[in-house]
Amino acid sequence: MPATPFAKGVVADVFPLTDDDRDWWGEDVMVDEGGEDQGAFRADVRAWIAANFPPALAGCDPLKYQGSAANAAADPDFQLWRIRVADKGWGVPTWPTRYGGAGLGEAEARIIAQELSRAGAFNPIRSYGTMMLGPTLLEYGSEAQKLQHLPPISRHEQRWCQGFSEPGAGSDLASLQMRCTDMGDHWLVNGQKIWTSGADEADWCFALVRTDTSSKHGGISFLLIDMKSPGVEARPIVLISGSTHFCEVFFNDVAVPKENLVGAVNQGWGIAKRLLQFERDSLSVGRGELPSLAPIARAYVGVDEQGRVDDPDLRARLIRNGMRVSAFGQTLKRLASEAKAGNGPNAAVSTVKNLWSDIMQERAELVVELMGSNGLGWSGDAYAEEERSATRAWLHSKAFSIYGGSYEVQANIVAKRVLGLPDQR
Amino acid sequence: MRALAVLSEEQVMLKDMASEWVRDRMPVGAYRKLFAGAFPLGHDPEAYADMVQMGWAGILVPEDLGGVDFGYLSLGLVLEELGRTLAASPLISSALVTATALRLLGTEDQKARWLPGIADGSIVGTLALDEGARHAPFATALAATQQGTGWRLDGVKRPVPDGMAAWLFIVAARTSGAPIDTDGLTLFLVEPTAPGLSRAALDQVDARSPALLTLDGVDLTGDAVLGPVGGAGEALDRILDCGRAGLAAEMLGTATQAFETILDYLKTRVQFGQLIGSFQALQHRAGTMFGELQLLRSAVEAALAGLDAGDPAVPALVSLAKAMAGDTLQRISNEMIQLHGGIGMTHEHDAGLYLKRARVADQCYGNTAFHRERWGRLNGF
Repeated sequence: MPATPFAKGVVADVFPLTDDDRDWWGEDVMVDEGGEDQGAFRADVRAWIAANFPPALAGCDPLKYQGSAANAAADPDFQLWRIRVADKGWGVPTWPTRYGGAGLGEAEARIIAQELSRAGAFNPIRSYGTMMLGPTLLEYGSEAQKLQHLPPISRHEQRWCQGFSEPGAGSDLASLQMRCTDMGDHWLVNGQKIWTSGADEADWCFALVRTDTSSKHGGISFLLIDMKSPGVEARPIVLISGSTHFCEVFFNDVAVPKENLVGAVNQGWGIAKRLLQFERDSLSVGRGELPSLAPIARAYVGVDEQGRVDDPDLRARLIRNGMRVSAFGQTLKRLASEAKAGNGPNAAVSTVKNLWSDIMQERAELVVELMGSNGLGWSGDAYAEEERSATRAWLHSKAFSIYGGSYEVQANIVAKRVLGLPDQR
Repeated sequence: MRALAVLSEEQVMLKDMASEWVRDRMPVGAYRKLFAGAFPLGHDPEAYADMVQMGWAGILVPEDLGGVDFGYLSLGLVLEELGRTLAASPLISSALVTATALRLLGTEDQKARWLPGIADGSIVGTLALDEGARHAPFATALAATQQGTGWRLDGVKRPVPDGMAAWLFIVAARTSGAPIDTDGLTLFLVEPTAPGLSRAALDQVDARSPALLTLDGVDLTGDAVLGPVGGAGEALDRILDCGRAGLAAEMLGTATQAFETILDYLKTRVQFGQLIGSFQALQHRAGTMFGELQLLRSAVEAALAGLDAGDPAVPALVSLAKAMAGDTLQRISNEMIQLHGGIGMTHEHDAGLYLKRARVADQCYGNTAFHRERWGRLNGF
């Protein structure tokens, strides 16, 4: 059953996921792929990780550092690990060495990722910079831009945020309005961005700006903005989960050097689409295995004399969701192996994203439901840490079907581009 | 888990051949003839002869016994194609379930006696297991009592898939214990000519004519026993899992075709001056079905690949596939009627055929509820 049902080569206008969800999408960690060829390199990598990965970091959640500059700075073990990996260039193994990479091929990069996973370690360099801006600059940036930005990104010494969405440009991103005016010797930027992950801690922002109002898609440029520039203000937004990860960012008469524009003027939309493709590439293969809810269900609900979770209705829904989680993991693997078999990228992303948000929201609901009133605590020692985080995770999960292209937008994309249904009137 | 969906050259050829043959020789119209009573055996024997000639009945039979030994994923590819047009055949009962049972449990003599016939189509085998309205292997009550070195079987089996076509029944019987006990089950090889055995066709909604099998003092010699006396339970589960995975592959094909038929209609039917497929409500329903089909395809492939690889997780993989197949096919077959409106309610339209076959396939070898429960137990719920 190899026939991929997805249209080939269709680019879906899917917006990126946030950092918060990368743990599920993950990197390629299918350790059985690629076999044991290049055994010598693999052995070297394995030995190096064993000798250099700080044991204190084993099994910790890398998002703790990825999502917070303060956490990253405060942990000497993380800093040690970051510097060691950066010195090897293994945070971005395929980048040329002059930009801080290791100049390796895809096969070696895969082995490094596999061995990190096998050792319970993680890539401390992984960031918006390495996953999105880096590949974009490698393709579109000037030599000066590459030399200025790629080395600090390769060491995770420079944090980036993505200035795409605006209050009036969400699902319809190309309608963005933030003005960028040519002042002769510099650009002058005025406007607002919103839902900018980590903007309050970012050193730089890669932004889509409007350089021409006469053309919607053809009036957008791709600009690198120093967040320390006068006139830039990032304000965290408090979400229903209590998270302040997202910001709104105001730009008032911000002067930006001319050389910070990537590619040509008014060619930013094409660059943005390519960047979003890098984003999708990074989510094309998932880890696929989520922990079963059975143990916590047994602990909170109890079991009957036959050893079953002692609430038939809840149990039935837990089983149903568990099966969907399992089939979803199988689907990620299938799509990854189909892509490797040469079927190429496809428009499956929209379908996969809707399945994912649906299944994961259901799962988050089930977790708080099975914890009962303990699943509804906000703070305080009366609630266990796992309980409080389950509550927050449930609230956060409501965003799954909104960001990255809402459920409805994705469904429209599937209808039009995957199923070939006629345009809505 | 091994990489899925990457087929060998032989498998690609097999799938293409099956796809082409089904399209040319077995469109839905061929299945429709069963409803007019054209084929009392529950399938068209000439069509099955074609399938045999293409080697499909021997896909799980060892090469030295006349088969090609291609594995479960290969047979699943064929079954998926057959499912698209609801093509009726005893492939699952005979080439999959019976062949698996004989390979797993048969003595050298039993294998040599029956497997070549299964591969060359001269023998149709089937598993006679269910006795009541619900699939419950360990509730088997049909009694086998020892008579010297032989056995006497008394009881009723229903529905027995392809039971009117079968020339070999693998009858599950209780040699000890009480219904519900996992111990005490024994399998017997029984030929339809055995005195005391009678069969009658059940007029089932999908026109595939399963049998009501009555065993009234059927005497068997000791060499009719397949596998261990009283200890067939575990192997029976394994045999059933093979059948379940194959049936899930067929159901995947059925659901996929039902969905594509719906899609075609959305692109051609005009109401209110526009194609109904331009309505967002219908577009989103189609998108939801498409997503469910993706999950189902993954689950089916994983189950078949798991069987070929001897994955210890096979029971969970198979229950996942069969439950999702039942669930998804039920949903899509219902939508097939609804989205076609009045024409979908007519016997002349195909939607009703898909609906009927969908429900029968769901019940066979354990329905969605059965497999959700089994998956839940296997996973600690």
